[in-house]
Formats: sequence, structure tokens, C-alpha cells
Amino acid sequence: MDVVTQMQRQLIQYTSSLFQEGFLDDQFNQLQQLQDESNPEFVVEVVTLFFEDAERLLNELSKSLQVEQESIDFRKVDAQVHQLKGSSSSIGAQRVQRVCIAFRNFCEQQNVEGCLKSLQEIKQEYSLVKTKLETLFKMEKQLFAARGSISR
Amino acid sequence: MAATADLFIQRLPEVSARELHVLAVDDSHVDRKVIERLLKISSCKVTVVDSGTRALQYLGLDGGEKNSSIDFDSMKVNLIMTDYSMPGMTGFELLKKIKESSIFREIPVVVMSSENILTRIDSCLEEGAEEFLLKPVKLSDVKRVTDFIMRGEGMKGGKRSQKRRRSDDCIPSLTTELSPLSPSTLASKKSKL
Repeated sequence: MDVVTQMQRQLIQYTSSLFQEGFLDDQFNQLQQLQDESNPEFVVEVVTLFFEDAERLLNELSKSLQVEQESIDFRKVDAQVHQLKGSSSSIGAQRVQRVCIAFRNFCEQQNVEGCLKSLQEIKQEYSLVKTKLETLFKMEKQLFAARGSISR
Repeated sequence: MAATADLFIQRLPEVSARELHVLAVDDSHVDRKVIERLLKISSCKVTVVDSGTRALQYLGLDGGEKNSSIDFDSMKVNLIMTDYSMPGMTGFELLKKIKESSIFREIPVVVMSSENILTRIDSCLEEGAEEFLLKPVKLSDVKRVTDFIMRGEGMKGGKRSQKRRRSDDCIPSLTTELSPLSPSTLASKKSKL
């Protein structure tokens, strides 16, 4: 098996695993379908915006929850989680989205412990999906380069 | 007078061989990028803004004054697609302002939301929204909406009744977040419609 075919297989397997493990859902497929030669970096660009958004929101959430428990502004926290839920849903980051849903329930209940736990969980899930997506993009780039060098 | 009125009406959302000009409004970076791409793929000219206030500014409605020298570019907006939940002015408030405007009320407005709340959908439709799309918005949704408008068929007729049936399927507000339905199940629910 030549190198390119091997890389293609690995990429397909890796992508599959991300779906199987629930890191990504169909929305990610939808985004990939919007990419073409005229917009070859579309998915990377959208996901990069997601990373920026998520990091900003996670910072804000940490700050919102770092105050005295009695002074936690649950509406503000909920609004921030809602934003994160929205952008994770828009790129198909399913596990992040799911923790956001649980988080919002805790906000509604004004459950401080639940909120703090959810924040930790989201940070973990975000970190995981970020690493996985970065790996995916790297593999795509390498495959592209390998194909390119062969056609020369 | 009558002649002017005719000219006026001709300038409104009818599209001939030209492309639709869509004004998209969303406070989310990610969603702005996605909706812009969806619309471009659907052969539309796209203007994207990040708030209801900016949308009104673009349309020339912000001062509340009706200029006689109307900005030509914004006059040619054929469709407005707005997110519902935005800080400051919500999509619903934007919808109301547009429908209150004698100049812009004929422009179809589509509301997008990640939350499948029956009362929300109903109030948007009642306020004059053409369509309520569940996020994440798909290419098929955008194509359907833009096709409809391109054909110049008033969406108010058939589409509305279709929406009524769709909203019957919606999960009532209180249980939305607690629903055991996964996002992908919701998505396939949406696409069935």
C-alpha cells in the first residue's frame, strides 16, 4: 500500500472514531460539505472561530463562578453557557454541547455545585475535542502535502 | 401618486434574474460564518451584521426617520435572516421593528433559534416571520427558503400552514433542555419536516 493510500485510510479511521466516540455529530459533516476548492479552508476557519469563542466563554464562566456563592449571577452564567452551547452545536462538537445542556439545568436550579462540576467537565471536553480536531486538521494537511508531492 | 406606488412595489422583494440580497443577523461569530457560507452557496449576495441595531442601521431605520433619499443598497434587501437570542435587541424585537416599517415590512424575515420553544415560534409567526428555522441551520433549509423567495411565491400562504404543523411537533418549552432527545435526533426530526 502506498503512503498516500495509507494516510487516507488513517484519516478516514480517525474521523470515524471521532463520530463513534461522540466527539462530533452530523453537523460536522454538514460543514465539510460546505467546503470546496473555492473555500478550501472553510472548516478550519469555522472551527478556529469556535476555539476562540469557547476559550473566551470558558474564561468568562470561570470568572462568573469565582465569586462568593451567594453573589453568583445565574442568569449571566446561563447566558454564557447558552452561547457556548450554540457555537459547539454549530460545529458539531456534540460532547461539549451535551455538557452545556446539563450546565444550563444546574443554572436553572441555581445549583452551585452542579455548575462548578459542569464547568470542569466542559473544560475537559473542550480540551479533548480541540486536541482531536487539531490532530484531524494536521492529518488532512499532511495528506494534502503527500498527494501534492506525488503529482509533481 | 399611483405611478410612484407602482414603482415602489416593483422595487420590493421581487427578484428577476438577479441574485437575492440577504441580510443575516447573528451575534455569534461561528454562526455568522456558517450562514454566510450557506447563503453564498445558495447563490445569494450576503450582508452579515452582528446585532439588531446594526441591521437597522444598515437598513436606514435606526433614526426612526424615514429618509426620502433611501439608501439604494439597503433597499435591495430581499430577505432578512436573524438569530432570535441576541444581547441588546433580540431577533424578535428586530422582527417587530421591520414589520412596523412601512418601507421594509414586505421584506420576508426568517428567524433562527437553537431553542425549539413552541410559544417562541408562535409569537414570531404571529409577528409576521415567514419561517422559523432550528439551529444549526442546514443547507437544505437555506435552499428551501431562498428558492421560495426567488420564485416570488408569497410565503405567507402555504408555508405558514406547513409551519403550523411543524410546530405541533415541537417539544413544549419547559422540557426542551431536559428532553432526552439528542441533538442529532432533533436534527433528524427537523429534516423530516
